[in-house]
Parts: sequence; structure tokens; C-alpha cells
Amino acid sequence: MGQIEWAMWANEQALASGLILIMGGIVATAGQFTKWYFGVYSIGAGVFVCLLEYPRGKRRKGSTMERCGQKYMTKVLKVFGPLTRNYYIRAFLHLGLSVPAGFLLATILGTACLAIASSIYLLAAVRGEQWIPIEPKPKERPQVGATIKHPPSNPPPRPPAEARKKPSEEEAAGAVGVSGGPQENPVPVIDEVV
Amino acid sequence: MECWILNESLSIILVLSWLGVNLYLFIDTFCWYEEEESFLYTRVILGSTLAWARASAVCLNFNCMLILLPISRNLISFMRGTSTCCRGPWRRQLDKNLKFHKLVAYGIAVNATIHIVAHLCNLQRYHWSQSAHAEGLLAVLSKLGNAPNESYLNPIRTFHTNTITELLTTIAGVTGLIISLALILIMTSSTEFIRQVSYELFWYTHHVFIIFFISLAIHGAGRIVRGQTPESQLQHNVTFCRDHYAQWQKAAPCPMPQFSGKEPSAWKWVLGPVVLYACERIIRFWRFQQDVVITKVVSHPSGVLELHMKKRNFKMDPGQYILIQCPSVSWLEWHPFTLTSAPQENFFSVHIRASGDWTEALCKAFRAEGPAPQELWSLPRLAVDGPFGTALTDVFHYPVSVCIAAGIGVTPFASLLKSIWYKSESQIQLKLSKVYFYWICRDPKAFEWFADLLLSLETLMSERGKAHFLSYHIFLTGWDENQAVHIALHWDESTDVITGLKQKTFYGRPNWSNEFRQMAYAHPSSSIGVFFCGPKALSKTLQRMCRLYSSADPRGVHFYYNKESF
Repeated sequence: MGQIEWAMWANEQALASGLILIMGGIVATAGQFTKWYFGVYSIGAGVFVCLLEYPRGKRRKGSTMERCGQKYMTKVLKVFGPLTRNYYIRAFLHLGLSVPAGFLLATILGTACLAIASSIYLLAAVRGEQWIPIEPKPKERPQVGATIKHPPSNPPPRPPAEARKKPSEEEAAGAVGVSGGPQENPVPVIDEVV
Repeated sequence: MECWILNESLSIILVLSWLGVNLYLFIDTFCWYEEEESFLYTRVILGSTLAWARASAVCLNFNCMLILLPISRNLISFMRGTSTCCRGPWRRQLDKNLKFHKLVAYGIAVNATIHIVAHLCNLQRYHWSQSAHAEGLLAVLSKLGNAPNESYLNPIRTFHTNTITELLTTIAGVTGLIISLALILIMTSSTEFIRQVSYELFWYTHHVFIIFFISLAIHGAGRIVRGQTPESQLQHNVTFCRDHYAQWQKAAPCPMPQFSGKEPSAWKWVLGPVVLYACERIIRFWRFQQDVVITKVVSHPSGVLELHMKKRNFKMDPGQYILIQCPSVSWLEWHPFTLTSAPQENFFSVHIRASGDWTEALCKAFRAEGPAPQELWSLPRLAVDGPFGTALTDVFHYPVSVCIAAGIGVTPFASLLKSIWYKSESQIQLKLSKVYFYWICRDPKAFEWFADLLLSLETLMSERGKAHFLSYHIFLTGWDENQAVHIALHWDESTDVITGLKQKTFYGRPNWSNEFRQMAYAHPSSSIGVFFCGPKALSKTLQRMCRLYSSADPRGVHFYYNKESF
């Protein structure tokens, strides 16, 4: 059990809690329950928690499955720097957010779930985990030059490789490739004219 | 294979039946609670949220009954062994047990949401009907139970309380909260992402289901869903008396109505499956106690550990898997491994690759310390449960079989190929006359033990004069330029430079259209079984190929797709 990244589970739990808070808030507000204004608060807190928790952090090792469309929120979260990176802050934030929703029956489940998420985040923070944004990988431009070997510099008929080695060694030694001038054939070419 | 239509649509039929039963239970219970006379007064206070809550409760009972069945592995193995009618398609459904478990879990989640929302409204309405502003029948009903010899209808007895307190002071409320929390914890730790991140977290958190079921059983003990008693209904005619609530007295046409709570019924639904599952775990514990003798340990390069073991009364089929536990590594974890030995051998073996906490620790515990080999008695003790799983014996039921393995998916086929070897050695007349084997691999080094097996099979088949029985194609999908140059230089040699086999390795991915087309031409009127073990994307491609190249003519070639699920 040593390698569990608790923050990953805390993230799932917090996202679920956010959704439950929203649902409980809607039920309380729509039904105009007693103290339904807590329901309105709960909807707001739920939306905030969902937005905060939507972008997944990067796993320490292995690849991380991104949530669909999370890169926009990732940009927003990066702006806040240590406030969103640090899990201690998140743990206490979630604990604080969950308390007011505990005064209304319809949202008490959301309170309990968010409190659990907060404690898992606390555990993650104690173990030194941090929220690392998933950066989009820079598109690797295929290097056109590197994959294609040097094309032959002599036109055909070309002598076999051994005879060609000497001129290419000279090229490799640093001299600029000579391409102008008349073709010097190392092997005499006999033109048979019939 | 007469049931070939059944093949494809059996899953859909089963899902629709499950959905149908759910809908029937929901609608039937809903209508009952909406129309039942004994609940008329309850409906006066609660409205139709009573019916919503009760209907979803019945569906919850049904789904909680079902949820434990697909994961009772021994029960499924037992059913696999005994089903005789239309064996193929039904057995394939048993392979999809985990999918069904997830489907039922979603059903529980949906019904739980409806149930919770409905009861939230119910609690609020009970509270409101105790307020001073409540008038008429509502007020009269809520005051019932205040005088002696009266039974109450409204479980909330006074307005000077709040719904949260009422929730937390009733059994139903507290157990309901516990059940919901347990369900949410289970669901958040079971997402595919968390299972990848940490399977152990998923496994351990899932055990919260014990709390779930205990709370479910006592959830209804408070009996707060109250309806009129039958005796009271005889004396108190609701259709007349509901309009004359001001004149309710001890006697006369409208005596005070008496109410009683509905007795809990959840335990009746879940008792059977809970007992079955408890037996499952007891069987696992008993198997844990049985001795497993390790006869051979081979440490292959690239971190693969091969273990040969023996256990009393152990019978296996090719393609099955076992669960292994190593107390010295972890007391609670059981991990699945496909068996790589054939049933005809007098031992069973697994190949374990070090790719996670537990497997790495296991390999370390077994690996010989330094050059001196370890004594067999000093090796850590192992416990084995199984064998479970779909047997690949279906391969022998087709005249032509195609086995496709991607990467580590090759392990079940090791057992199968060895079994084919033994069967052809014993010269039993086989229905199977041709086997095509495709192995797509990125890193052949990890499976050089499998390449050895293929080499020995190749020699055996050519000795027996059955060189055309097994036709295998290996596809190497990860190679760099150095390897390519090396391969090009040795292209003309008679054996393959990577594997040493006579059949050459191909580079890149197979062109499935070509392969299937060639097979369809070569066997124009046969049933061809296709067996695959590997990633989902390739599985979808192969399913498509099977559909494309199966002929519309019932006497033509037919490809039947079987996926190995692990």
C-alpha cells in the first residue's frame, strides 16, 4: 500500500461531493425547504468545488488520464500558484466549505462527503503530495533533415562504396561538400560508341 | 453453432431483461403506493414522494440482491461447468460478469439518488405538517398519537425540532446516511483511473460493502413508513371519513384510525446472496489453508519469474487463471495469474512479470540470492485459489481456430499451445485441424520463454509430419534502426534472427483484412473460432473483421469471436 497517491482519490471524492452538494442544493431550493438559503449556498459551493477539482493533477509516476476539456481550468488553476498546488490549503478549504451545508438536511450528505475528501487531502498533504498541472506536450515537429541520410552527391554511374569512401571522409572532416565543377570519375568510364 | 444469432444478441437480451424487471418493479410498486387505501392518509401528508421512495426502495432491494452474484467466482465456475444447453453463447455471457456487476452498481446509484431525494422531501413534509400553520386533515393526522391508545402516523412528533435531528435520531436516518456514504466511497474508489493508479486502494475500499449490507439489513427496523392497519380499515372507512375529520371519535362511523409500520424487507432480498458470498470467502480461506508445493523456480531475464507448483486435487483447463497470495509479501492481497502449463502436465505453472509493488516484492523474495540456488524449503509459502475463468477449451470445438495475442496476452495461449502439443502427441483424433497463431509484440525480450515454447512446438510438428497444423506469425511492432539494419543483413538466412524460429518475424502491425481474407479463402465452409487476449482497441478491430468476413450464407465461412477477459 506504500505507493498510493491519495490525492488522486481525494480528487475523485471531492468532485463527487461537489456534484452531491449541487443536487442537494437544487432539491432544497426547488422545494423551498426550511432554511432553503443554505441550499443556494450549497449550489454555489458545489459549483466552486467542481471547477476546482475538475482538472486532474499529474501522477508522480506513470501517465495520467486527463479529463475531457480540463486544459482550460488547468490554466486558471496555474495562475493561483501555491494556493492550488498545496494540498493543506485544499484540505482546510474543503472543510470550511462543507460546514455551512451541514445545517440543511438536503445537503448533509454533501457535507459528509466533502469532509471525507478533505481528510484524504490532508493525508495526501502530510505525505508531501502536490498538485502538478498536466502540461500539453509540445508537438514534436518531425526533423526533416535527421531521418534522411545524405543523398548521393554523385550522379550515376557511381563506383562501389569503397571507392566513394574517400571523398565522403573528406567531407566529414569538416570541409564543405563540393558539388560544383566537372565530375571526376575515379574509375575510368569507357564510352562504347557503336 | 446453430445459436449464432443468439451469440451476438444474448448480451443485449440479458441487459434488456434486467432493465425490464427493474422497470416492472418500479412501476408496479409506484402504482400500488399511489392507489392503496391503507396509505391514503400517509399520502395526504407526503403526496407522491412516498410512492417514489418506496418504488426506488424495491428496485434497490432487487439490485442489491443481484450485485453480489457476478463476483462469486466459484459460483460462476460451477455454472460454467454444468450448463449444457446452448453452451457457447451462455458461457460467453458468464465471461461478462464484471460488466454486469458494474451495470447493477449503476442501477443502485440511480435508484439510491431517487430514494434519497424522495425521502428528503418526505422528512420535510412531515416536519411542515406539525407546524401551527398546518390545517384541516393534515393537522388532525399529525396530532394522532398524542392521546393514549392512539398510534401515530407522523414520525416527527413536534415542530420544535429540525429535520437533521430527526434524521440522526431514527435508525432509518442514521443507517441511510451510512449506506449512502459507503456507496459513494465505493464508487469514487472504483473509477477506472483509480483502479489504474492503485488497485489496492480500490480493493480495500470496496470492502466497505460489508458495512453497506449490514446497514441495509437494519435500515427498515425503525418502521417509519406507516400505513393503516387492516383492522382499522374495517372500522374506519377512509373514503367517507377523510372529509369528516372534525368528527373522528373513539366510536361512531369514524373511530380514530390506527397505524403500524411496514416491517423491514431488505434482509429477505439480500440474505441469499450474502450467504453465498460468505461461502465464497470461506472456500477461499479453506483453499488458502491447503498446501502448495513449489517444485521449480526459474528466473528469466527481463524480470519474469516462472513458478512450478503442485497442489492436491488441482485440475485445470488451458486458459484459466489462479489467484495467488504470498503471506510474506502481503496478508490480504490475492493476485490473478494465467496458468501457463498444460492440463496434461503433473504440475501447474505461472509466469510472473515484476510490474507493480506486489509482483516486484514477490520476485525479490523468490529470486536466488547470488549465484547459489535457494533451497526449496526456504522459499516463501504461497496460497493458491482457483482455477477460475474461461477455459480456452472452446478452441478444440472448432475445425479451425485463430489465436491472437498481443503482448502479455500471450500467456493463456502458452497453456493452450502446450495442450495442443500433448494432445497431438497422444494421437487422439482432434476435431481441430488447423491453428493460426498471431502474436503481436513490442518487446520480444520479455517473452523469450514463449519463443522457446514455439521453437519446441515447431520441431515436434515437423517430426510428426504435421508441419501445417500450426501456422504462427509473429509481429514485432517496436524496433529501432539498428535492429532494422541487423534484420536486413540476415534476411536470407533460414531461421529468424530475433527468435531463431523457422517462420520469419514480420515487422509492424498485421493487416487484418488480408489475414482474414486469406483465411476465409482457405477454409470456405468452416466455422472458425477467433480467440483474442489483449487491448480493447484491437479487440474491436478483430470483432469488426469477424463480422466483415463471415459470409451471409449459413453454409459459408463463419468467424466466431471469443474475447478472453481477465
